[in-house]
Amino acid sequence: MSRRTKSRLFVAAMMLCLGVSFGTLAWLLVTTLIDGIPALSQQLFIDPPSTVAEEAGARPAILATVYLAALLLLMAVPVGVLTAIYLEEYARKERWYNRLLELNIQNLAAVPSIVYGILGLAFVVRGPVSVGRVLLAGAIILTLLVLPTVIIASREAIRAVPGSIRQGGYALGATKWQVVSRQVLPASIPGIATGSILALSRAVGETAPLLLIGALQYVAFDPTILGAFTALPVQIYTWVKLPDPAFQTLAAAGIIVLLAIVLSMNAIAIFLRNRYRQTW
Amino acid sequence: MTQMESEQIAPTTRPRLSADSPSIDSGRIAEVSLGTPREEIERRERVFHVDDLDVSYGDNLVLRDVSIDIFEHTVTAFIGPSGCGKSTFIRCFNRMNDLIPNARVTGTVEYHGRDLYARVVDPVEVRRRIGMVFQKPNPFPKSIYDNVAFGPRVLGTKHGLDERVERCLRRAALWDEVKNRLGDSALSLSGGQQQRLCIARALATEPDVLLMDEPASALDPIATAAIEDLMRELKRDYTIIVVTHNMQQAARVADLTAFFSVELGEDGVDRHGVLVEYDTTTKLFTQPADRRTEDYVTGRFG
Ligand SMILES: Nc1ncnc2c1ncn2[C@@H]1O[C@H](COP(=O)(O)OP(=O)(O)OP(=O)(O)O)[C@@H](O)[C@H]1O
Ligand SMILES: [Mg+2]
Repeated sequence: MSRRTKSRLFVAAMMLCLGVSFGTLAWLLVTTLIDGIPALSQQLFIDPPSTVAEEAGARPAILATVYLAALLLLMAVPVGVLTAIYLEEYARKERWYNRLLELNIQNLAAVPSIVYGILGLAFVVRGPVSVGRVLLAGAIILTLLVLPTVIIASREAIRAVPGSIRQGGYALGATKWQVVSRQVLPASIPGIATGSILALSRAVGETAPLLLIGALQYVAFDPTILGAFTALPVQIYTWVKLPDPAFQTLAAAGIIVLLAIVLSMNAIAIFLRNRYRQTW
Repeated sequence: MTQMESEQIAPTTRPRLSADSPSIDSGRIAEVSLGTPREEIERRERVFHVDDLDVSYGDNLVLRDVSIDIFEHTVTAFIGPSGCGKSTFIRCFNRMNDLIPNARVTGTVEYHGRDLYARVVDPVEVRRRIGMVFQKPNPFPKSIYDNVAFGPRVLGTKHGLDERVERCLRRAALWDEVKNRLGDSALSLSGGQQQRLCIARALATEPDVLLMDEPASALDPIATAAIEDLMRELKRDYTIIVVTHNMQQAARVADLTAFFSVELGEDGVDRHGVLVEYDTTTKLFTQPADRRTEDYVTGRFG
């Protein structure tokens, strides 16, 4: 085989792979849109769920998902960023406990979400924290779930700040905290923001851990932080299980809403990245 | 200019930075011009006194037994082959080696007679008095103004910041080029301008000594000439130590030059830097006392 043929074959293989993944995605998207658009009405956003498909909406679930995203942002990002700062700027890498911490975080990022659900059930819903089956419990579990990813993304952003910037700061008589807070952190905000938002948008679509800690399948009222709750992915799951095809249409509409939420979060991430991208 | 004059009168402020007022004592320029005899330089105030300094990274000794005196209002150049420890050495003067986890400095470094490495000395305080300019310009990704104001702000100075920024930019011969765009990102400046900005930034903490590690190595001849002019001009008020690979540059700016070289240890494997010769630049370049210096300055080595 000539070198040219080889390289053509390689390009063809790449195109095939791209085609498979892109085609699947497009097909899913198109069928969901066709199925869901008829049910994509005002009713979906203002009505609570109902046993009658014609009257059913997803308002409590949509609201709860928005609340969850906001709580996640408030809890996961500060904790994750501070941990990343500690690990990158303060931790002495030769100490065993710091190495253990690092190894743990990397492994935690690979733990299946259902495990976080079990953990949450044992420690947050019951056990030591015992907040019950409430929205806050869901937010705590999703926070634990995304923390490793937020930490890893933030560490990468912090590490991308060149050492020469830190040295420049120190050489001007800045203390460690001044260098971190005035140089390193501002310079790494775009990376931290995009990494965190992408992690959050994944968590917003999580179903399994929420089901496990007892997100309700029917919630007829608007959610509160310390009240019973459902979430959009849970609602979709509930509808899909029902035999009446009208609910399948509703589920498809729910998926479209969820997709819109996730895609707009990703759009914010891309916007932030382009807006504040740093070239050294 | 009134701002500067009033500061000169105020007894509490150090008068160093204000000397660019028009009333420069021109006699002092002649006094510190190149070719000053050694005896005369040695009569000046001794800023640093280094004795028997060893520096190692981990188990690797990279500088051995360095002893040197640095004099006030003098440009001292460090020259020598790559890897002989010039950068390592210059970092000893503002304790930047403290930031390298496995670096160890032993021996004496005295700054105006006080031990720079004494337990009670805060390295942050040291770096406020002894400024540093790096080989590669490293402006912060902030505006030109914020770059220069960084040092004073870190020190808690808010008063008279505008004046100070202007004064330092003028001293670094950058003011005219940037006065209309102080809010622009420092990264939009050219390499030579960035380096002058870094000098202005270092001046803004009102240091006493300026350490420069190959400040012109990334610059073209014109920008280099500008920086060299600046060094000659700044030594009226500062003490300058400069590392350079460029022998002409040392000859052009330095009153004193120290030549470092690499020596093999007893086992023939370890390599460490040593100070070979330290003399007036003229003497070192024209009548070196050591064979290794002669080989280096005549280009037979390194
Ligand atoms: N952070 C470090 N960790 C370990 N070894 C180092 C470190 N920095 C420098 N060294 C070693 O110390 C020796 C001296 O390095 P240094 O950078 O001081 O040399 P230099 O004279 O400035 O060289 P150049 O002219 O190329 O800049 C070299 O052998 C180098 O490999
Ligand atoms: Mg060097």
